[in-house]
This record gives sequence, C-alpha cells and structure tokens, in this order.
Amino acid sequence: MDYVLLIEQLLNGFQLGIILFLMAAGLTLVFGIMDLVNLAHGSLFMIGAFVGGTLALATGSFLLGAVLMVPAMFVIGILIETIALRTLYRRSHLDQVLATFGLILFFNEATRLIWGPEGLVIPLPDFLEGTVALGAGITYPLYRVVIIGIGLLVALGLYLLVAKTRFGMLVRAGASNRTMAGALGVNIPVLFTLVFGIGAVLAGLAGLIITPITQAAIGMGEDVLILAFVVIVIGGIGSVRGAFIAAVLTGVIDTMGRSFLDLLLLLVLPANAAEAAGPALSSMLIYILMAGILFFRPQGLFPPRGATAVQ
Amino acid sequence: MTHRLTAAGAVTASVLVLCAAVPYLAPALDEPFYVIVFARIMIWAIAAVSLNLIMGYGGMISFGHAVYLGIGGYAVAILGFHDITSAWVQLPVAIGLSAVVALVFGVICLRTRGIYFIMITLALAQMVYFLGVSAERYGSDDGLNILWRSDFGTRHFDLEDSVVMYYTIFAVLLGCLLVKWRIVFSRFGMVLRASRSNDTRVQAVGVPTFRYRLVAFVIAGVMCGLAGFLQANLERFVSPDMMNWHRSGELILMTVLGGTSTLFGPVVGAVIFLMLSEILSTVTIHWHLVFGPFLVLVVLFARGGVMGLLGSRDTHD
Repeated sequence: MDYVLLIEQLLNGFQLGIILFLMAAGLTLVFGIMDLVNLAHGSLFMIGAFVGGTLALATGSFLLGAVLMVPAMFVIGILIETIALRTLYRRSHLDQVLATFGLILFFNEATRLIWGPEGLVIPLPDFLEGTVALGAGITYPLYRVVIIGIGLLVALGLYLLVAKTRFGMLVRAGASNRTMAGALGVNIPVLFTLVFGIGAVLAGLAGLIITPITQAAIGMGEDVLILAFVVIVIGGIGSVRGAFIAAVLTGVIDTMGRSFLDLLLLLVLPANAAEAAGPALSSMLIYILMAGILFFRPQGLFPPRGATAVQ
Repeated sequence: MTHRLTAAGAVTASVLVLCAAVPYLAPALDEPFYVIVFARIMIWAIAAVSLNLIMGYGGMISFGHAVYLGIGGYAVAILGFHDITSAWVQLPVAIGLSAVVALVFGVICLRTRGIYFIMITLALAQMVYFLGVSAERYGSDDGLNILWRSDFGTRHFDLEDSVVMYYTIFAVLLGCLLVKWRIVFSRFGMVLRASRSNDTRVQAVGVPTFRYRLVAFVIAGVMCGLAGFLQANLERFVSPDMMNWHRSGELILMTVLGGTSTLFGPVVGAVIFLMLSEILSTVTIHWHLVFGPFLVLVVLFARGGVMGLLGSRDTHD
C-alpha cells in the first residue's frame, strides 16, 4: 500500500473530524445542559455558510467575512434560542424533535427564498491556494492544513474556556446536574443562552470553512448533523473532550474506510465480492462502531463526571 | 368504555368511509387523481399507525422508522429485478427482513433511553439509507423501477388492477388498526403502556419489560415493512429516498398531528399532513416556509393532536 496516500487520507479524515468536532461541541453542550434535542443545529451550519459567504462576497475578503460571521452567528443563535427553543425545555423529547424538525423545514425554505435554489459558491482566496510540502514526499493542500489548524485552535480555546474559567466551571456544573447548579444560584437560562450562542458560532464556522471546498447548499448541514449525533453518542453527551476524541475517531475511520476497506476486503474475499461489499460496508462502518460502543458502554466513552445521562 | 358518539368517533368513521368511497367518488367528481393520492395517504397511515404503537404506547421515539418502508419496498424491487415476481416469495421476504432488522436494531437501541434512543434509531436508519445509496447494482440514488407488481398467482386477485391495489391497501390499513387495537388493550399492551410511564417500577414488579418492548418494536417494524411492500407496488418504484430521515421525521409529525396514544390519530394525521402538503404546494413552491412554523405551533399549543382536541377517549396521558 502506498504510504503517501495513506497519510493523505489520514489527514483528510482528521480534517473531517475537525469539522465534526466544531458541530458536535455546541450540540453536546446543548444536549448535556438543557436536555434539548436540537435538530436545527444542522441549520446553523448552513446559515453560517450562507451568511459568512455573503459577508465574504460583500466585503471582498474571505477573512473579513469569516471574522464578521462570528458576531452575526452569535446574535442569530441567541435569537433562535430566545424566540423558538426556550419554550421547549420543559417539553418532552418528542415535542422537541418535532418543533426543531419544523424549524429545519423553515430554515431550508427561507434560505431557498433568500439565496435561491442553486446555493452559493465562495472562491478560495489566492493566498490559501496551493499546497504545502509536509516532508517525505508528501504534499497537502494548504487550505486543508489551515482548517486543521483552526480546528485545533478552537478545540484548545474551548478546552481552556470550559476547564479553566469560571464560565466553564458553571457550564460543567450545568452539564453534570442542572437542577443542583440552579439551586446553588447559577442563572441557568442566561448560561444556556450564551452556550447556545457559542454553539451557533462553532457550527457556523464549520459550515463556512467547508464552503470553499464544497459550496454552500440548502440542507448541507443535515448529513453533518447526523454524523455529529454519532460523535456525541460515542463521546458521551455533555463532554467536550469526548466530542473531540470521538469526532477525530469518526472522521478518520469514515475516511479510511472509504479509501482502503475494499483493498482490505480483497485479502479475504474474491475480487468481485470485495468490490461490491467495499463501498456498502465502508458507508456503514461508523454506525457499526457506534452500535458496538453503545452495546458495551451505553453512556458513551467519556460521560461527564457525575452526569445522570442515561435515565 | 361507553359507546357514545364522540367527535373523535365521528371523525374516525367519516375518514374510513371516505377512504372506502374514494375510488367511486373521485371519478364522479372528475378528479381521478385523488385515487392515487388517497392510496398514498393510506400507506403513510399504515406506517404512522405502526410507529404510534411503539411511540405513543411504548414511549419509544424511533427517528428511523422509515427504514422499514425502504426494506419492505426494496424486498419487492430487488426480487423483481432478479425476475422473482411472485408475491408468495416477495411478501414473506419483506416481512421476514423487516422483522430481522427490527430485532437487531431493537436489541441495540432498547438498551438506551431518551435522547440516546432517538439519535441511535436515526443513525441506524441512516446506515441502511447509505447502504441503499451505495448499492450501485440496484440503482443507488436513482432508485429501481419495478416492472411487475407482486404476483399472487391468481386472476381473481391481481394487483395490476388499480381498484384491487387500492382496496388491498385499505384492507391492510384496517387490519393494522385491528391488530393495534387488540395489542394495546391486551395484557401485553398494558405492560407496554406501564413501561412508558415508569419502566423501573414495572421491572420491580417482576415484569421483564425489555422483551415486551422488543416484541412491540419488531411488530411495528413488520407493519411498516408491509407499508413499504405496498408502496413499492403502488409506485412501481423504490429509491433510498423512501428511507431518508426526512421521511422518518414526517412519520413522527403525522402521528403527533393526529394524536399520539390514540388508535386512529395517526390516520387522521396522515390525511391532514398529506392533503395539506398537496394543497399548499399548489399555492406556493415555498410552502415549507409556512408549514414549518405551523408544525412548531401545533406542537406548542395543540397537545394531544387533532384527536386529543376532539376528546378521543383512548388517550392514557
């Protein structure tokens, strides 16, 4: 097997993991603290791509657009939380699923109305084009290196925020035991609005940075959303550390499976059977992983300490 | 239960009469198109009825229920693709496969509760969806056409006849409602409902609820697989889109719209949902813009759905 390809695919998987982490981080905190099933988190991914992309095209600078997207998504997130989601906390999971499913329909259609059905193409700025040499004959697209870098920075920032600040301490307390934290005087509603805003920014950031590679399309967040669900289930709901490890694991396994599983199957199966089974099996790989992990650890790999997650 | 005519009872009766009369009513009103619309509605109603068995009565919110539509449908299409058109093969395969998949998924999902259950059913359904997408031999995304409807081997019962097709669907719907009614008010159904309210307590009484919930999960899967069997036959076409997670979401919507934990609510929900989509989509192509918030409002203000508003008497909340 070609080791250059192997390392390239490993990096691709890592990059997918980073995108998944940006989605899953907000999602896991929203689930963990408020026990809210928010399907519309995928819409935030899409809105981030469209809003950020429009800002980038309007200002003529991708970087400026990305910077402006951050406060925009924070405000959008807070608006969605206060207007639509706040009333849902006391409702059953079923009501939450339905209401946020309704929101997805709304956001998809609103996006179609504003930006048209064909989506938005955002060109990559020139200075991010090109490849970098990673040594040992491996070259890798610069922009993908940048994505990985941004993701690691965000992960580090989030870790410091959650583990080292007072705000993070309150968030962790909320994720472990919402009622107790509230009883001890933590203003849970305000805390949650802020967490939701941060989650919206992270999801929007994920949507925007993937857009120059793919393009902004209606419903683009939905596949990522379901992968992010898998990630937080594997990682343990409410745990940012678990989300990071599970995201990277999921990204790498998914990408590696798609590239190399048919080759591995060739070792044990006849050629035509391996060719048929390869793509099918590789698309199922992470779900099998999830089912396996759940079977042995129903609360995920890294449930937050003291959490009463599985009721 | 007294046999007084309630508003909910009246709605139930009129919807059933309407479904029975459509093949005669629609051509008379010069709208023959509505025959196929109602056939579709009834298939969705079967699927929603099956979902409600586990969701409304067992508290298992499956967000991947549409997967059985796909399994039942693909059983017809793939066997047909290999020139096996006999219903006596296709139907047992559709039912058996749905049961096996529901059993495996159930064993995995039912170990979890709440949000985890919702997300795992969603993820497992998505796995089967991607299996369908990656099956190049069977059309991938483009789906698979079905040349011949399932052949029962007798001239007296030929699904190629559209009236026979229609009334077969109607009969299956009635059958599923009957089965569900018998289940819900049996001892089995009582365990199911009790485990929804307080699973720990039922276990403490000494009832192994896991088995009951698993059996209910499998029955619901088989019913929905049957709906998939009918859908493939009606449309003469299957594609992975049948098991797209939007379909699962819509199934939940129909059920809640009509009223969870009511026998007939899901049927009413399917009628309202699909008629509303039919009508709204002719008014504006952006009908989802209205439909989405409408659903949110239904959730927020009309608890118990339409049948709940009408005072249906078999709710147990």
